[in-house]
Amino acid sequence: MERSIIFAGFGGQGILFAGHVLAQGAMDEGAEVLWIPSYGPEMRGGTASCTVIIGDEPIGSPIVDHPDAAVVFNPPSLAKFGPIVMPGGVLVVNDSLIEAVSGRDDVDEVRVRCTQLAQEAGDDRLINVVALGALVARAPLVRPESIRAALREIVGRKRPEALEIDLRAFDLGLASASQAPSAPAAQAATWSDVGAAR
Amino acid sequence: MSAVAAAPRVVYERPAVLTDVSTRYCPGCGHGVVHRLLAEVIDELGVAGRTIAVAPVGCSVFAYEYLSLDWCEAPHGRAPAVATGIRRVRPDAFVLTYQGDGDLAAIGTGEIVHAAARGELITTIFVNNGIYGMTGGQMAPTTLLGQKTTSSPTGREASLAGYPVPMTEMLAVLPGVAFAGRGSVADPSAIGKTKAMIRKACEAQLRGEGFAIVEVLSNCPVGWGMTAPESIRHLKEVVVGTYPLGVLVDRTGGKRNAGAPHPAPSARATRSGATAQEG
Amino acid sequence: MIAHPGGSRRVLMKGNEAIAEAAIQAGCDAYFGYPITPQAELLEWMARRMPEEGRAFIQAESELGAINMGLGAAATGARVLVSSSSPGISLMAEGMSYMAGSEVPIVLINVMRGGPGLGSIQPSQSDYFQAVKGHGHGDYRVPVFAPSSIGEAMELIATAFEVAERYRTPVMLLADGILGQAMEPVDLRFRRPERIEAAWALTGADGRPPRVVRSLHLVPEDLEEHNLHLQEKFRAVAEHEVRWAGEQLEDAELVIVAYGTAARVARTAIARARADGLKVGLFRPISLWPFPSALLAALAERVRGMLVVELSAGQMVEDVRLAVEGRVPIAFDGRTGGMVPSPDEVVEALRELDTTGLAARRSRRARRRQPGPVSGPEHTHERTPLAASESGHEALSIFGDDAWMPLWYTSPVPSRRGGKR
Ligand SMILES: Cc1ncc(C[n+]2csc(CCOP(=O)(O)OP(=O)(O)O)c2C)c(N)n1
Ligand code: SF4
Ligand SMILES: [Mg+2]
Repeated sequence: MERSIIFAGFGGQGILFAGHVLAQGAMDEGAEVLWIPSYGPEMRGGTASCTVIIGDEPIGSPIVDHPDAAVVFNPPSLAKFGPIVMPGGVLVVNDSLIEAVSGRDDVDEVRVRCTQLAQEAGDDRLINVVALGALVARAPLVRPESIRAALREIVGRKRPEALEIDLRAFDLGLASASQAPSAPAAQAATWSDVGAAR
Repeated sequence: MSAVAAAPRVVYERPAVLTDVSTRYCPGCGHGVVHRLLAEVIDELGVAGRTIAVAPVGCSVFAYEYLSLDWCEAPHGRAPAVATGIRRVRPDAFVLTYQGDGDLAAIGTGEIVHAAARGELITTIFVNNGIYGMTGGQMAPTTLLGQKTTSSPTGREASLAGYPVPMTEMLAVLPGVAFAGRGSVADPSAIGKTKAMIRKACEAQLRGEGFAIVEVLSNCPVGWGMTAPESIRHLKEVVVGTYPLGVLVDRTGGKRNAGAPHPAPSARATRSGATAQEG
Repeated sequence: MIAHPGGSRRVLMKGNEAIAEAAIQAGCDAYFGYPITPQAELLEWMARRMPEEGRAFIQAESELGAINMGLGAAATGARVLVSSSSPGISLMAEGMSYMAGSEVPIVLINVMRGGPGLGSIQPSQSDYFQAVKGHGHGDYRVPVFAPSSIGEAMELIATAFEVAERYRTPVMLLADGILGQAMEPVDLRFRRPERIEAAWALTGADGRPPRVVRSLHLVPEDLEEHNLHLQEKFRAVAEHEVRWAGEQLEDAELVIVAYGTAARVARTAIARARADGLKVGLFRPISLWPFPSALLAALAERVRGMLVVELSAGQMVEDVRLAVEGRVPIAFDGRTGGMVPSPDEVVEALRELDTTGLAARRSRRARRRQPGPVSGPEHTHERTPLAASESGHEALSIFGDDAWMPLWYTSPVPSRRGGKR
């Protein structure tokens, strides 16, 4: 079975990085993964997105018609990807920057105060890591411990001094979505049907 | 304070050929300033209607969205050849190329040298930001020694990648070149001087005096890995050390100050004659 | 990063970077390139790694410069890689023709983007004609290999050097923007082909007669003779270097023919179509020249129709039609300009073909019942020997087991492998 996740927002919001960490975590659990960035000059200041596909067999199509989950960081991304999330899927919304709602009752829409939580963690730029925490809380794609390990590997290698804050941001995102109002048990059941529908 | 209200006076407005769209350039990028200067000069000279401009491949490939002129997009580096073709069949046109340093000083070295050598009646605006902006900040021939880029990760080293190329100085020795100068976008005073040079380079073409080029030192905050203010400071304090500002050659108005060894090619005189006839 | 029973390591790598590293590990002595999206990271990786290895790296002043630096280095017998993307490959066309003519082995990678002209920077397969039918002028062919995954690209780099040196010919690796930009887990297990003695290479005529690497043969008789020699070589390549992979072909009634990224889209589409009851298989050419024509022709004898999927307006489809010679209907589904067909679009095209394919079979049966000239082969639905082996490698590779390992057959995680298909 394949699961696909789209991360989308402004260039500079750490979109590609969030996808990279998720892909690394999934790979470390033994899954097959494919990470595909949007690339080119439109990334400068414009919209950036990346797709992560996780599966138990080598991944087929890099093009996803209906992602199982979307993590959106700005209003245009919600408008673009909100409507195409698979019914029963997860939609993580950066509540700090997006007022609109998706209006969908067939997805688990998780609203996360990314900027506030990132600030709380110690670096208000880490909205991507906060949102990743929320995603993992609601969509059982990868164990949180694997994401922490991936952060240790990727951040630890490049900016070891920032690692603690990244881990904190991830845990805050994770906790915030674990406590969110919608019924987690029901959602989890729906989630496991996602993809099977394919 | 005077009780008499002065009639409103326009002190600053959008040049007519500058379109009202927001550019795709990164915040703080110098390309926008150069576009504006060029637009002002074109307005002042009243040549917009007969301008055919040639766009490069680089971040300014979308220049046709920002300056409302006729544009031809050239393959990477080939703008001077494309402009030559335009010039030779449109003697009444005002022909411009707008090129980056990768475009002009690397892949297009041959084209620019020979357009200048032929003394083509074209004006080249050469935006030197010392880097390949569009493709993600790789080293250009103009990159400073020691400068780190994505393809010179430990800094440009002369033993491996040679020295920064002073293209405009090299072109200035060619007798076909009527005007060559180097300006910058670092501060208002430099910008003012740059505009004067662009005007001069355009007038040289209009008077049929030969090839003209203005190199504009510009910044690329993204490619340089700096904030916009840092990049401007760097431009002012470091880049000008390798690329001194000022007029490099001025053979306009019959001046031959650079000791040009040869008289103007006779072919040019013929063509400027044609210009006068049709203009 | 996890440890592997085989001792190799599995890491997440970007296509451009993995290909570059694989080339280094395959013994690449020199790399020449020029920045262009979507292949710039390949050049950037080489900029860092080649000096570390004490090997040659130059960011050339243009693609014309890069390919000719390649010509010079390769003429001395060095193992040389040059890479670019579509517009840059057009500039290299001249050099490719000269190297084919003067029999200089080199590997050139095209990470294709949308064209024509400056086009877009998004993934594309619209340089198929350029790669397979041409680039420069003259009577020549160049082997072209098209990987479908990053791991496969890493293996094919080694193969490309091997084939280039064995036949003294340029070899092209045809990838696309997705393959270059995506990250996938790859095994850090590399292959370094043996070097064969280059008894033609320019090393200085010290104690031996001088050698000349050239493509000029002014006397037409001489040039014809040289060209016939080249043709002889191309025939040998065509005979020995065909590569392809198949999936779910045993019971397939319809077949998708696709390479590279298009084959991955097809793979997902096939899973969906099979869930809907359509029996679809995948035929994936890996060598685009030589094209696996004979195998496709054989396959055509036992299926109802073929759908060619490409990231182009339809280029490889012409070679499929030539190979199949009208035996079955050939449909085409593609997107162009940097767009990628979605699996659902492909499923839709399959459904359409399913109906026309049925019609075609009925009319063929009807034709056969009629007296008169035979209009179709009698053995239309007989099984061909093709079914014996699903992977072209087993049937055709001459390099032994390790030479060719499509990722789809060797999922690197043993616990997850197993007869799922
Ligand atoms: C033949 C060819 N090779 C490479 C490219 C890729 N390319 C696009 S822009 C560019 C360099 C741009 O640098 P520069 O001219 O300095 O302009 P800047 O973006 O810095 O303004 C390159 C190499 C191309 N479009 N065509
Ligand atoms: S990359 Fe550099 S040159 Fe290009 S738009 Fe950004 S700042 Fe300007
Ligand atoms: Mg530049």
